Amino acid sequence: MAETLSRSQNPRERLAFVLVWGAAAVVTATFCWLLGDILWHGLSRLSWTFLTAPPESAGRRGGIGPILVSTFLILGVCLAVSLPIGVGTAILLAEFTSDQGLFGRMTRRSLDVLAGVPSIVFGLFGNAFFCKMLGLGFSILSGGLTLACMVLPILIRSTEEGFRAVPANYRISAAALGLSRTTTLVHLLLPAAVPGLLVGLVLGVGRAIAETAALIFTSGYVDRMPESLLDSGRALSIHIFDLSMNVSGGDANAYGSALVLVVLLLLINGAASWLATYGLHRKIATI
Amino acid sequence: MTSLHSNTLFHWSTDDFLCWFLRGLAGVAGTIVILIVTFLIMEALPVLQGIGLLRFFTDPSWHPAEGFYNLTPMLWGTVFAMAGSVLIATPLGILSAVFCHYYAPVSLGKLYRRLIELLAGIPSVVYGFWGLVVLVPMIGEIHPPGQSLLAGILILTIMILPTIALMADASLANVPQQYLRGAAALGLPRWATIRGVVFPAAKSGLFTGVILETGRAIGETMAILMVCGNVVQTPSSLFDPIRTLTANIALEMAYALGDHRAALFVSGLVLMAMIVALAIAAEWISRGRIYG
Amino acid sequence: MTPLKPLAEPCPQYLPNDEPACRKPHPFVDVDRLSLHYGAKLAFQDVTLSISKGCITALVGPSGCGKTSFLTCLNRLTDLIPTCLVSGRIMIDKLDILAPQTDVIRLRRRIGMIFQKPNPFPLSIRRNLEFPLREHGVRDRTQLGSAIETSLRDVGLWDEVKDRLDSPALALSGGQQQRLCIARSLALAPEMLLMDEPCSALDPISGGIVEDLIVRLRGRYTIVIVTHNLAQARRIADHAALFWVHNEAGRLIETGPAKQIFEEPHDPLTAAYVSGMRG
Repeated sequence: MAETLSRSQNPRERLAFVLVWGAAAVVTATFCWLLGDILWHGLSRLSWTFLTAPPESAGRRGGIGPILVSTFLILGVCLAVSLPIGVGTAILLAEFTSDQGLFGRMTRRSLDVLAGVPSIVFGLFGNAFFCKMLGLGFSILSGGLTLACMVLPILIRSTEEGFRAVPANYRISAAALGLSRTTTLVHLLLPAAVPGLLVGLVLGVGRAIAETAALIFTSGYVDRMPESLLDSGRALSIHIFDLSMNVSGGDANAYGSALVLVVLLLLINGAASWLATYGLHRKIATI
Repeated sequence: MTSLHSNTLFHWSTDDFLCWFLRGLAGVAGTIVILIVTFLIMEALPVLQGIGLLRFFTDPSWHPAEGFYNLTPMLWGTVFAMAGSVLIATPLGILSAVFCHYYAPVSLGKLYRRLIELLAGIPSVVYGFWGLVVLVPMIGEIHPPGQSLLAGILILTIMILPTIALMADASLANVPQQYLRGAAALGLPRWATIRGVVFPAAKSGLFTGVILETGRAIGETMAILMVCGNVVQTPSSLFDPIRTLTANIALEMAYALGDHRAALFVSGLVLMAMIVALAIAAEWISRGRIYG
Repeated sequence: MTPLKPLAEPCPQYLPNDEPACRKPHPFVDVDRLSLHYGAKLAFQDVTLSISKGCITALVGPSGCGKTSFLTCLNRLTDLIPTCLVSGRIMIDKLDILAPQTDVIRLRRRIGMIFQKPNPFPLSIRRNLEFPLREHGVRDRTQLGSAIETSLRDVGLWDEVKDRLDSPALALSGGQQQRLCIARSLALAPEMLLMDEPCSALDPISGGIVEDLIVRLRGRYTIVIVTHNLAQARRIADHAALFWVHNEAGRLIETGPAKQIFEEPHDPLTAAYVSGMRG
């Protein structure tokens, strides 16, 4: 076959072939370089003591125990606030408003803009509103609330998609049986929309845990073990930033912390894509 | 079976209650943007009223302690870093998506897509850190000091690449199969099909991807802050250190007081204006005007 | 809570059109100059129709003439479509159901609806029947159990599924799913059943079983059925109403006893349609 109808040797096609494979190779190489570097230098720092011990000498020695605690506390505050608001808004947008309605349209538009707001601007806002105006000061609470504002659009979009993926005939047949919308929502739609909700949750957590700029002047720098939500607490990402920029000789521990952060995020992303692919099918098969 | 006959009295049902409750929650979510803008304006107002908006562009320099508030060098820093990275990341990202769909074997394409998704999940501070300890010394060997516009552009490129690549990937996936079958039936080779059929069909999605990556490039703070050197100047070469608007806020917010603090909120407003302009552009594209 | 009807004796098989169950027409639904718009588009216009209690009324006509839309007006499923505007009057059992203060939840409980495509919930067979009953206030276990058995027996599904009530409803065959949906409606003890082409998505044998079931329900329920299958309408209907498209909007052009519509139609369009020349 190849002898009678050989492939055309069009130079433009060959150039495109080289460029496309080249682009993929460059991206892959950069990725491996970055990840390999973090892994290579970070792995030697990683140990149980590193994860639990408090930092010493501004973080040059010691571990990241209190920093992990602060990070999870900030995350907890963020989710405790953003989950109810986000899921409620998503349900309203998907089930209780029409696409043409003014309220729904305005909310959607406003969330689209919110999704594009740079994280540093969230930081400015959080500092002015939560720290100063509400008097929460530099605290885990301020940081968590600022992050909650930031992850809302992600959470809402993904949850809303989860609800929209539920077949319309569930709603129609439930209505034809005289079931109230509340009942339909709680017993039929919510269980079916759980995978979308989880994907949104996981993506939101990923964004929140990776965030630095919004936290610098809301949750602060203090690397002690926090005693309450009103204490300042240093998030993992801020720790990496501080070690690499402000502490000479902090690179080794910065590598260790970066590895912890990257591993956390890889786990979170893996969970998200697993949920998005398999969660839905399992859900439907097991009810 | 007389239940319906007594139904003419309206009662406050669970459904109505739920609906109003959800509206309350959505109201909170929808107000955040307004709150953000309000607070930025409130905090920026003292200096805007005191010295006016114009002086942020005409002052001789950025020396807040002496009352000089020129944002222009940092605006240029933001624009150069953004433009450079978008120029590199757009072709790389689109070619990446093309690779996934039309060049790579199916399993390799899946693997590559997963890799891009992982890149998207890596936090900016890690990119910044890697740039600082790996990229900056390498650039420093070519042309000291290393912390430079070039380092910023390269780091930003890696960071925004997943945005455009994933967006392009999604819009290529939406190109109807019959277009491809039609092109194949005409005997068009692969790249000619992509250039002549796929790109025009996916145009709107690709443009939206560019808008999104531009937004990300403008808003990025930490990585830029860590690799760009943070000297307030309009760069004259790729190797000059620069400071962007976002980095400026992050650097000075910790100790800024009074008019200086207000000036930082003004730069926050400038950033918001850029983002809103992009959102309008995105809306314009999604309405299909780009085809006109 | 509503007392459930006792299990009826297996209904005698009627010879179609020979011995209608509703020999004395007793109007149950009165539709007066009903029109429906989807946004700016008119779906159907000025439909005036009376539906008799206990009879099977078939709505026939070409696609897009508003039959299904008409059906959804009767249980106000139209409320789910935001741009939908209904005008005119529908009286069901002397009650104006289009009145804004009507409790649609109670209305829909009294009027069951069966869709073209079987649509059981992704729950077990038992939960599919039990869940709407519970929602409407039936809590007692034995009562639930007997209601489930009664309605499954009514649709002839009991013997097929009694050993696997807790398996997923979606694992049933299409015909079984459709009978389950009918059972789900019957469990709520409605007075009227709306059926939107209930057999057309099924294979011929399952469709035949469902059709026999519909005939057996005659007399106990007022049934309005939309069908494209003229032979089916001729076999089962007591009354028929023919819809037609005029100027891109549906209209009712003839209504009357099925025998008259299919054998001595007044309107020439009806004559052409039922003889298979148009439509």
